[in-house]
Amino acid sequence: VWDAQSRIPGDLVPGVLVPTARRPGKEGVTDMKLLSALLTVVAGIGAALLLYWLLNKLAELMPSKWEERIKPFFYILPAYLAIALYLIYPALQTIVASFQDATSDTFIGLENYTNLLSNHGFQQTLFNTLLWILIVPAATVVLGLGVAVLSDRLKSGGEKLTKTIIFMPMAISAVGAATVWRFVYAAQPEGQPQIGILNAVVTKLGGSPVAWLQQSDFHLNSIMLMIVLLWAQVGFAMVLLSAAIKGVPADTLEAARIDGAAERQIFFQVVVPQIKGTIITVFITVTIAVMKIFDIVYVMTNGNFNTNVLGNEFYNQLNTNFNNGAAAAIVVMLMIAVLPVMVYQVRHFKDEEAAA
Amino acid sequence: MTSVPDTQVAAIPTAKQRKKMSTFDSNPANAGWLTKLVLLLICTLWLIPTVGTVVTSVRTLDDSNTSGWWTVLGGLGNLTMDNYSEAINNANMGGAFVNSFAIALPATFIPILIAAFAAYSFTFMEFKGRDVLFLSVVAMLVVPNYVALVPMLKIYGALGMNGTFPAVWLAHIGFGMSLAIYILRNYMATLPKTIIESAKIDGASHFQTFYRLVLPMSVPALASFAIFQFLWVWNDLLVALVFIGPGENEPVTLAVTHLRGQLGQGWNLTTAGGFLTMVVPILVFLALQRYFVRGLTAGAVKG
Repeated sequence: VWDAQSRIPGDLVPGVLVPTARRPGKEGVTDMKLLSALLTVVAGIGAALLLYWLLNKLAELMPSKWEERIKPFFYILPAYLAIALYLIYPALQTIVASFQDATSDTFIGLENYTNLLSNHGFQQTLFNTLLWILIVPAATVVLGLGVAVLSDRLKSGGEKLTKTIIFMPMAISAVGAATVWRFVYAAQPEGQPQIGILNAVVTKLGGSPVAWLQQSDFHLNSIMLMIVLLWAQVGFAMVLLSAAIKGVPADTLEAARIDGAAERQIFFQVVVPQIKGTIITVFITVTIAVMKIFDIVYVMTNGNFNTNVLGNEFYNQLNTNFNNGAAAAIVVMLMIAVLPVMVYQVRHFKDEEAAA
Repeated sequence: MTSVPDTQVAAIPTAKQRKKMSTFDSNPANAGWLTKLVLLLICTLWLIPTVGTVVTSVRTLDDSNTSGWWTVLGGLGNLTMDNYSEAINNANMGGAFVNSFAIALPATFIPILIAAFAAYSFTFMEFKGRDVLFLSVVAMLVVPNYVALVPMLKIYGALGMNGTFPAVWLAHIGFGMSLAIYILRNYMATLPKTIIESAKIDGASHFQTFYRLVLPMSVPALASFAIFQFLWVWNDLLVALVFIGPGENEPVTLAVTHLRGQLGQGWNLTTAGGFLTMVVPILVFLALQRYFVRGLTAGAVKG
């Protein structure tokens, strides 16, 4: 049993508001918070320096043969400890917890998995996640490549401005993006003036207002959520792909042109093969981000109206159902799904290294 | 989604134009009008959501509930900053703003040095198992950090750390470490090896080489990681939600999720809160875009 249960009040349920307590003398408290944060920065960096200095001294005390052998490991140790504590150990723990009951007290075998997989709602969640994985990475790459190629033709000022505009949403949090887009999708009853711009356009064209996030036919609402992620991530794809396109040697293009290749042929047969590595990197990065998608769905629909995805379901199992076992089982499924991507990532990295 | 077919169509006429050129230009700044039109359309689509949010955040409750934000030019006299003071003072966004800084600063700067030492070791030192260890770091890049939440909640619970800043600081340091090592090592691999070799011949120890040579030379990569990590931590919702939870220490991303419940009060307050979560990342991004792009491309593009 963990502490968190007691401190998650009901105000996380969408639509329910619990007013935040007002505290007297808040200014003094917040000043202290910033000060302690800054002190932590200094102390943390100082402590890290001291640690490395000590490890270094310790290594130097050893016979020189040992010193050379042990030093690399001393340098890696703190970083590796952080990774081990926050990723490797929890991964193992999570696998164990997925075979245990809701409070992680007794082993129940595969029950968490069979319960989840036989549940119709969870099957829908899996299907929705699959839709995200099928649509978003491909759309991001295509759109990003399109914008990169087109803006490449502008003069440098226009290119810079275009790229900044497309890229900027990447700096915005998923929560911020979700707030922004919930307003775009907002719907008022028919007859009233529409304040969401999408419905304003629809009614202007003579249609009736649509509650976009509640339309689960053909997964329209899921697609509406995907658009939010696309909006945030196309800039990322564009920046990487644009850099890659600019790196394509000009003489390969020129040679193809002399041979009489059409521009479209040149793009698909000369440029694309040379930026394949970057396309794959973008695709993998976006795929992993999509598998883990949580914030956008949580803030916009909390998985209602059949928009649920694995990340949100994990959070609900943890903090609404208080079911540790089911939450862990979801993460394990996620890890299994990520595994091939991980293998591919490592292979891809090795190839790139070999080519360098 | 709607702009997908547009971009494909647009590629054709400009391609024709390009073919007409007699001499080859590797960067033909010769966008046709259709290319410009398509890009203008995309940029407008990209900007509309943010502009709508910013405009609505300075409108009154009545205005924002009864008319679209695009009609704002008809009633400029009605603009107000009240939504911001309401959000900051009464909806705890002000305190949350400070909390976000208190969370993000240590979580950004502490991991840098730790990662730099590891990256130095992976780049400039020869030892058994180096490649395997580094590949395992690369592999960790794709492990979802959800895995850490339940086990760490238990550990933090036992230590009484749940709801405190150190809980999130440490978590973000752990989660960011793989990316930090990856970016820094890729950058360090491009540093001229001869300089490091000659330092060694001159009798410099690894510690001195690292501190006097490699660290100062790696500043661009350190900066790009710092920006990434800052944006990541500032924008994070899940880690804050699980380890801190709503209340005294919540960051802006969490505070704004309470605001969205207040629909009865209209969009003016929600959008003001939303903009408060966005303003710092956007400023950081606009000011340091160069480093941000460099960091992105360092990992993915060779050369």
